[in-house]
Amino acid sequence: MHDLAGYALDIATAAGASYADVRIIEQESQHLGTKDQNVSRVLLGSSQGLGVRVLCRGGWGFASTQALTRQSVRAAVARAVATGFASASCLSRPAILAPEPAYNAVWVSPHTVNPFSVSLETKLGVLLEAARIIRSVKGTTLAQGSMSFISEKKLFASSEGSRIHQTFIRSSCGIEAYATNDHDRQRRSYPNSFGGQHELAGWEMVERWNLPANALRIAEEAVSLLTAPACPQTTTNVILEGSQLGLQIHESCGHPSELDRALGQELNFAGASFLTPDKLGKLQYGSPLVNLVADATASGALGSFGFDDEGVQAQRVYLVQDGLFTGYLSSRETACLIGLARSGGAMRSESWNMAPIIRMTNISLLPGNAGSLEDLIGATDDGIFMSTNKSWSIDQLRYNFQFSTEAGWEIKKGKRGRLLKNCSYGGITPAFWNSLDAICGTQAYVDWGVPSCGKGQPMQTMWTGHGAAPARFTNVDVGIAHASLKEAP
Amino acid sequence: MITERKCRTLLDVALRHAAGRVDGIEVTIFFSNISTSRFANNGMTQNQSPSRTEISVRVLKDGRQARLASEGITAAAVRKLTDDAILACALLAPDKEMLPLPADAALLPAVLRANRFDHKTASFSAADRARQVKAIVDVARAKSLTAAGVFETGSFVQAIGNNQGLFRFHRQTSAECSITMKAIDESTLNESTGWSKAHSTRVGDIDATALAERAALKAIASANPQDVEPGNYTVILEPAAVLDLVSFLLEDFTGTSHVDKLSCFLGKVGQKALGDNITIVDDAGHALQAGAPFDGEGLPRSRVTLVENGVIKNLLAGRSSAAKLGCAPTGHGLSEPSPEGEAAANIVIEGGKATLDEMIKSTRHGILLTRVWYVRQVDPTSKLVTGMTRDGTFLVQDGAIKCGIKNLRFNQSLIEMLNNVAALGPSLATAGEEGQPAVVPAMLVNNFHFASGTRF
Repeated sequence: MHDLAGYALDIATAAGASYADVRIIEQESQHLGTKDQNVSRVLLGSSQGLGVRVLCRGGWGFASTQALTRQSVRAAVARAVATGFASASCLSRPAILAPEPAYNAVWVSPHTVNPFSVSLETKLGVLLEAARIIRSVKGTTLAQGSMSFISEKKLFASSEGSRIHQTFIRSSCGIEAYATNDHDRQRRSYPNSFGGQHELAGWEMVERWNLPANALRIAEEAVSLLTAPACPQTTTNVILEGSQLGLQIHESCGHPSELDRALGQELNFAGASFLTPDKLGKLQYGSPLVNLVADATASGALGSFGFDDEGVQAQRVYLVQDGLFTGYLSSRETACLIGLARSGGAMRSESWNMAPIIRMTNISLLPGNAGSLEDLIGATDDGIFMSTNKSWSIDQLRYNFQFSTEAGWEIKKGKRGRLLKNCSYGGITPAFWNSLDAICGTQAYVDWGVPSCGKGQPMQTMWTGHGAAPARFTNVDVGIAHASLKEAP
Repeated sequence: MITERKCRTLLDVALRHAAGRVDGIEVTIFFSNISTSRFANNGMTQNQSPSRTEISVRVLKDGRQARLASEGITAAAVRKLTDDAILACALLAPDKEMLPLPADAALLPAVLRANRFDHKTASFSAADRARQVKAIVDVARAKSLTAAGVFETGSFVQAIGNNQGLFRFHRQTSAECSITMKAIDESTLNESTGWSKAHSTRVGDIDATALAERAALKAIASANPQDVEPGNYTVILEPAAVLDLVSFLLEDFTGTSHVDKLSCFLGKVGQKALGDNITIVDDAGHALQAGAPFDGEGLPRSRVTLVENGVIKNLLAGRSSAAKLGCAPTGHGLSEPSPEGEAAANIVIEGGKATLDEMIKSTRHGILLTRVWYVRQVDPTSKLVTGMTRDGTFLVQDGAIKCGIKNLRFNQSLIEMLNNVAALGPSLATAGEEGQPAVVPAMLVNNFHFASGTRF
């Protein structure tokens, strides 16, 4: 592989590229699904290929090939160089890269049990057992389960001399219980919606999350939701459970802090950002309790790596410190555009077949001192505790958001009360984060994984992580989503 | 690009290698080399020319089935993939709902014949795309605007075959141009944006300059956007907005969503659920449609009337849901095994005769939407969705566009929306950013609910 990467770099620079990098990736994957007692998906995949990115007279070019032969690589490099020079004919300014040392490194993601060493029977057995428990609850109408495992080996080589080998093991698992009647459809998921929990870990994470042990609870909750009162339309305190808070961070902090968006480079699809460079170091993004980091070094978190896809070493960068907007997710090119000395290391690509773009790593809210979830509920006189995302939407500058959750519970005088269905809340990002007044402690902190963040044209999906402990927000508008319906379900 | 002959060869390799060892084997091949030139701030920012061929093998054996996918397209790689699929099958629990592979192709209806391949589009080069981008940027610069977007061209292949004699091959070209223009008012520094997009199988159908002019017009016309109060409004939805809303209703027409008791139309097939003026078909043969004329198991796509004058007429069925629902498969199945079962592929919403101008003139107080964004389902029963307006939202007052307005969040039941359509425009080939391209009209809709506003 080294030889092939070096060959690609040599012919790219010989063809006129001032910079080139190559990624050679081998990936193995398993995607399993069950529906009640049936196997609904068994998709086992393998993928390998080479992507080459070049800079020609300041214009980017990229091409790829799955045939790892010199002939195919030569053709791919020629296409990349041709697209690079085509870009150069239509530039507003040539790309310049912030400096980064050349590395010769090996990095392996932490895992205890290689998930590919565990039989398919064992894996499906866990899902089928959870489904059996779910469907034993009267009123449930469907049980679904899923697991995914991905093993990835990546070689990065650049014309600046880097040679970096990385190995990633990603695992995920989740179950869903559905209840339907003539008037309503309700769902509860565990450990999270979006296919459950996703980690940069091995089979041990499946055992740790113990799907069957939680199947009965979510099944009973799904059925109870059918007859539960609806979330009231009011303004109140809201405590967000960690996985929902993780998605709130993802949408209202992670995306707007992507520097390509802030510079208008994603204007046409993903959108721009209200966090424009003139606000850096000036905007009070959140309350003084809010500390948000982009941490690609968090062990076991889904968005971690040793080096990003342009060879920048993983870093932990403050995006918001003591509530003040202080940093961006950046690349070597965008770092230069706003005068940063170095990239924050956030360039990532879905596969060998796509060029890297700025992506989230692990965008996490540092824990506070409000203790456990029970402690925080106990310290709340009135409000709603909302758990597990059901719906999410935010405008293209990332101001106006609206989320709904699978379940909510009233909080009255420090006690968790009635189950509520159709919970929703919304607001404007800086106002919302400035209303944060308590964050649970490290004992309630989890690195949640969001595996399918979409961005770019063509769309790329990415593995991102969000460390979060439950937190409380004041004066939040709730129950807004269903207000328009003639008859609330 | 992979040829039909090569696809047949790979199928034959797998079939010969598996002969006598399996109950059924199916091979699916997908190739794509769609190149994308991206631009922003009036210059090229990214330029990709990828290429990928994927082959997957589904093996059925002893009541079990597994699908394995790979990018190895040599004979040796296909033989290994087949061996691995057979091995994987043996490790699985029996699939109680598994069906045998579709019968001999001779027993199935023939697929539609549609030429959706254009040599000019297939050979469009990076330099050709750069010239298109330059033309777009020229429009922006001439009007002191900034342009962002994509121009993409390329081709793809879908092929499927099995050991029952079925073989299908489809090759198609694709061209797409999507543009956002941004204007900044010199006195207030307020920003406004306009968007336009086109998609076709032929790059010659894409007029980049005209699209740029249209996006620019919207950006300029919406300068200094004003605040409006949220609430119920009459709205004029341009076709892209219609597409990106109605796309969220399509899953409710699948047979599997009814088997799983998840559809909002559960128990309503044969009943009137939408307005008299709503007729929706899935028609792979429509002149403005594209895509392969067969489904994930190779069955020919049939023309299915989903809604006729507001009555839910038929569902889309793959073989699995068809067996459970007691109906015939419609040729909309996904590659099996699949939890989702099937999907709409070629939506055509019947249009009317009202022009956009006529809709504006007939509106005393309303809002014109160019595009919607980040639409997500909130409630599956009422089919309540939320989302934002974007890139060209205008207040219509006394029959004329009065001004651009700041964007709004909507919370709207799609069922209620399609019961409140007061007028329809002609159906047009339309591309949005949420759903796949379709043939849809503009709509004039009463009582569309906006819940909140934003800051731009």
